[in-house]
Amino acid sequence: MGQGGFREDPRYAQTRKEVIVVLVLLIANILWWFIFAYGLGSKPPQEYSYVLGFPAWFFWSCIASLIVFSILVVLVIPMFFKDIPLDSESEGGERG
Amino acid sequence: MNLTREVLMQIWIPLLLYLAVVIYIGLYSSKIARKEKDFLGEYFLGRANFGGFVVAMTLVATYVSASSYLGGPGAAYTQGLGWVLLAMTQLPAAYVTLGILGKRFAIISRKVRAVTLIDVLRERYDNNPIVVWLASLGAVIFLMVAVVAQFVGGAKLFQTLTGLPYLWGLLLFGGVVLVYVTWGGFRAVVLSDVIQGVVMFFGVILLIFMVFYKAGGTYNAMQTLGKINPELLTPFGVKNFITIPWISSFWILVCIGIIGLPQNALRAMVYKDSKSMHSAMIIGTIVVGFLMLGLHLVGVVARVIIPEIPKGLTNDTIIPLLALNLLPPWLAGLLLAAPLAAIMSTVDSQLILVSSAIVKDLYLNYINPKADQRKISRLSMLFTALVSLIVILFAIKPPSLIIWINLYAFGGLEATFFWLIILGLYWKRANAPGAIASILVGVTSFILLSQYWKRPFGTHPIVLTLVLGFIAFYIVSLLTKPPKEETIRKFWGA
Repeated sequence: MGQGGFREDPRYAQTRKEVIVVLVLLIANILWWFIFAYGLGSKPPQEYSYVLGFPAWFFWSCIASLIVFSILVVLVIPMFFKDIPLDSESEGGERG
Repeated sequence: MNLTREVLMQIWIPLLLYLAVVIYIGLYSSKIARKEKDFLGEYFLGRANFGGFVVAMTLVATYVSASSYLGGPGAAYTQGLGWVLLAMTQLPAAYVTLGILGKRFAIISRKVRAVTLIDVLRERYDNNPIVVWLASLGAVIFLMVAVVAQFVGGAKLFQTLTGLPYLWGLLLFGGVVLVYVTWGGFRAVVLSDVIQGVVMFFGVILLIFMVFYKAGGTYNAMQTLGKINPELLTPFGVKNFITIPWISSFWILVCIGIIGLPQNALRAMVYKDSKSMHSAMIIGTIVVGFLMLGLHLVGVVARVIIPEIPKGLTNDTIIPLLALNLLPPWLAGLLLAAPLAAIMSTVDSQLILVSSAIVKDLYLNYINPKADQRKISRLSMLFTALVSLIVILFAIKPPSLIIWINLYAFGGLEATFFWLIILGLYWKRANAPGAIASILVGVTSFILLSQYWKRPFGTHPIVLTLVLGFIAFYIVSLLTKPPKEETIRKFWGA
């Protein structure tokens, strides 16, 4: 784009990686929600099976997803997210 | 509701105690603000140095509004488990907001020394005055209207439950918010959000245990629901109200799109370091998910305990009704504080944002850039009080124009800010004309679609609105000059 010569902020490579991780997590979350809700919940209610008292579709898509994605967030963040400084080096943390 | 004097007294004591605590927080925060040299940075941003737990709770409390406590469970009461499925599209709200705006947003806002979200946008779009005015006015109008609606909800809640006349409820409730926000600024907003978030969290735990105990366990609860109407157990709602394309668009409206709500985006600016952001993502996700699942599930199971809403009340009051029916009055009073907390913690963030848009984004940029510290601090507090007062006055008898605009407030904010923020951060070619086109096309199409084409291709109007807003942004940006090289250097350079 004709802006040759300027050096990108070195922290941005890491921020890009983190955004991709979040997007992957989000897509997995949507798929989990959709597949269990409509995969198990589309038949007539008389034929539902139950888990812990709840209709199976509901248990898996709503209750289990909360547990599974909470655990995933806890695991994924320390794995892919890095502790990088937020203040610009030149100004040395004047604001923080 | 007809409650005896004694019961009312017991309800009021925890409520008043709660309001007193919130006022105290305002006072405490104003003491910190007094000591601060950089008044604007403290009053509108709390100097952006909050820890993970605090950021998580303020994000959650701002996000969880009256609708999650009143309207949402009310709809779940009518529609059954399908509505809980809809509410669960909000599970990723915290990790999506913090993660997609990401550290890049925090880095940039520090680079340009931004105090408001619009500061970031102003720098990114080459100081273009039209972008700043459109974004500021969009924020001011839509947020003020949304606050009026929440105030009305809060005062009505007081009225139905405690018999306190509407006007008195409004003045009490609005007055408390006015005082702590004006005095304490953003720090008071954030600290009270933390308390309000905790109140909501424990309120929901209590509610869940209470309804399932009363309904005889999960299995019995579900079987009774099936007998009332088997459709309550399906993901499709009653009479197929919740169709697949429509429910799927809530991933856009209440999950991804909320990045475009300025009060949420602002919270991705205020964590003090990377570690705080990481823990805010984790805590925020768990708390939002738990609140959404819990509140809506309680709304569904309430159908077993209270098969019919008493005359004169609406579905919206199902949670407070449950509390009054099943708990000793003092505990019910504490639980009633929870929806109140939900309303206050949403309203306070919106009020301080409106005030910052007027003082920092408009007055200091265009009207009087040379104002000194003392004048700025007086004006900031004056405008915060004034905006709150205007909103309270409007809520006494909301004009029909306000009710009309409120229908479009949520989507309107998303249409205004979503692409400006996202493309501004991640697309170098995004420029001011593109931003202007995106706001105009987005807001107009959202209003027109909501009126004339309510479910385009089966979806919620927000989906097509954001698609059109993106197309406008993309095409106009490519047809006009790229942003100044200086801007790109500032945002992307080392």
